[in-house]
Amino acid sequence: MAVYSTNEFRSGLKVMLDNDPCAIIENEFVKPGKGQAFNRVKIRNLKTGRVIERTFKSGESLEGADVVDMEMQYLYNDGDYRHFMNQETFEQYQADAKTVGDTALWLKDQDMCTVTLWNDSPLAVTPANFVELEIVETDPGVRGDTSGGGGKPAKLSTGAVVRVPLFVAQGEIIKVDTRTAEYISRVKE
Amino acid sequence: MLQRIRVFFAQRNVLEVETPLLSHACGTEPQLAFFTTTFEFSTSEKLFLQTSPEFAMKRLLAAGSGSIYQICKAFRNSEVGRFHNPEFTMLEWYRVGFDLNDLMNEVETLFVELSEGKFNAPQRKSYVQVFAQYTDLNALEFSFDAYSDFAIKQEMSEAITFCEHNHALWLDYLFSFCVQPNLGKNTLCLIYGYPACQSALARINAENSLVADRFEVFFNGVELGNGFYELKDSEEQNRRFEAEIHTRKTQHLANVVKDEHLLSALKSGLPDCAGIAIGLDRLLMILTNADRISDVLSFDIERA
Repeated sequence: MAVYSTNEFRSGLKVMLDNDPCAIIENEFVKPGKGQAFNRVKIRNLKTGRVIERTFKSGESLEGADVVDMEMQYLYNDGDYRHFMNQETFEQYQADAKTVGDTALWLKDQDMCTVTLWNDSPLAVTPANFVELEIVETDPGVRGDTSGGGGKPAKLSTGAVVRVPLFVAQGEIIKVDTRTAEYISRVKE
Repeated sequence: MLQRIRVFFAQRNVLEVETPLLSHACGTEPQLAFFTTTFEFSTSEKLFLQTSPEFAMKRLLAAGSGSIYQICKAFRNSEVGRFHNPEFTMLEWYRVGFDLNDLMNEVETLFVELSEGKFNAPQRKSYVQVFAQYTDLNALEFSFDAYSDFAIKQEMSEAITFCEHNHALWLDYLFSFCVQPNLGKNTLCLIYGYPACQSALARINAENSLVADRFEVFFNGVELGNGFYELKDSEEQNRRFEAEIHTRKTQHLANVVKDEHLLSALKSGLPDCAGIAIGLDRLLMILTNADRISDVLSFDIERA
C-alpha cells in the first residue's frame, strides 16, 4: 500500500492510524516562523466513527488504508450475519450486526446500499439516501387531517420508527430520508 | 498599504533598498526549506532563492548604509496552508542605533497607523509570562516529566514521541498549539524575551543569558513578524551556521552553502541595530478580514 506524507493529507484520504483505518477530514499546516512545522489533522476512525485530532511533524507519513466504497445489493439476514452482493462480480460479503449498526433499520431485501470494504471485508454499511418502506404499525388517522398537522409515530417493516403526517395509514409505503430519519412522501404502488 | 508603508519610512528617513533574490548562499536554519535553481553560463552553478533578504541587508548595514527597509518577495519551500504560500511578500527593516524596545515601539506605531483603529492598545508580554499563563510550565527550564504530564492532560500525548528530550521542539509545539492561539485577541500582541534556544539570529540578552533579544508580533493568534536585536559577533554567527548545517546533515536535509559574505561583513563590523521582518500578505489578510492567504494573493501557488 502507498505511503502518504503530511503534505499529501487531503480530505477523504484513507490512512492507517494506530492499526485502524481512518479518513482524513481536515489538515491544517502550522508553523512558527523560526521553528518546526506541524500538521494538525482531524481524522475519523472508520471503525468506531470517532473523530480525533492528532498532530504530526510535517513530513511524517502514514500508510494508506485499503478502503473502498462499493455499491451492493442487500440480500438477506441469516440471524448472525447480513449478506450483500456485488452485482457486477456476483461476489458476496457478510457483515455482522456491529458492522451494520443502525443501518439495519433501513435495509430491505433487494435494496441497494454502499458497503465500505477494508482489506476486502465489510467495515461499514451506508443505506441509500432515500428508501421506500412499508408502515406496519401506526394509529389510524382521523377524518379531516391534513399534512399541516402535527404527526404521529409509525413503525416500518425494518423496525425503524419515523414521524409521519396524521393522514398516512398502516399498510402504506412511504419514502424516508435515511440521513435525517424523516418522512418525505407516500409512494403510490 | 504598500504606499502607506513607504510614506511611513520616508518620514523617518529610512532608505528603501533592493537586494538580490538569487544568491550563492542561503539561510542555514533547519526549519526553512529553500528553492534552488541553476545558473547556466560558463559552468553551471547552483543558486538559491532567498528565504529572506536578511543577509544581503546586513551586508549593506555593515557597509555603512544607515537604516534601511525593503519590500520584496521571499521563498520558502514546502509551505502551503491557510497562512502559508511558498512565495510571499515581506517587509524587512533595520534601524541603526535602535535596541529591541525602540523597535517594538516603532512596530506598534506602524501597525496602528496602517490598521485605522484595528490595532489600538497593543499588548506586550514576555514569552515566559504567557507560556506560564497557558501551560503552567517554565519555558526556560526544561523538565521532560512536567512537559509530558501537560501534554497528556491536553490529550496531545503524541508530542512525547516526537519531541522527546528536545527542549526547542517542545517549545515550538506547546507554543504553537497551547499559547499562540490565545495571543492578541482583536489587538496586536508583542511577545519578547524568547528562550535562548530559540534565538535564531538574535543576540543573547546581556543580563539574562537564558533569554534572547527577540520578539514576535501576533494578531488573533496569527504570527505577523519576527524582530531581533541583531547578532553582530561574526564568530558566534559562524558557530550558529556550523551548528545548523550539522543539524541539517543529521536530519538528512538538503545541503546549504553558508554565507561567507555575511561573515566577512560581520567581521568588518555591523553597527548596533535592531531589525524585523513582517509578512505583508498576512497583514493584508487581517486588514481585509480575509480567511485564507489565497484570498489576498492574485494567484496562489495552486494557480500560479
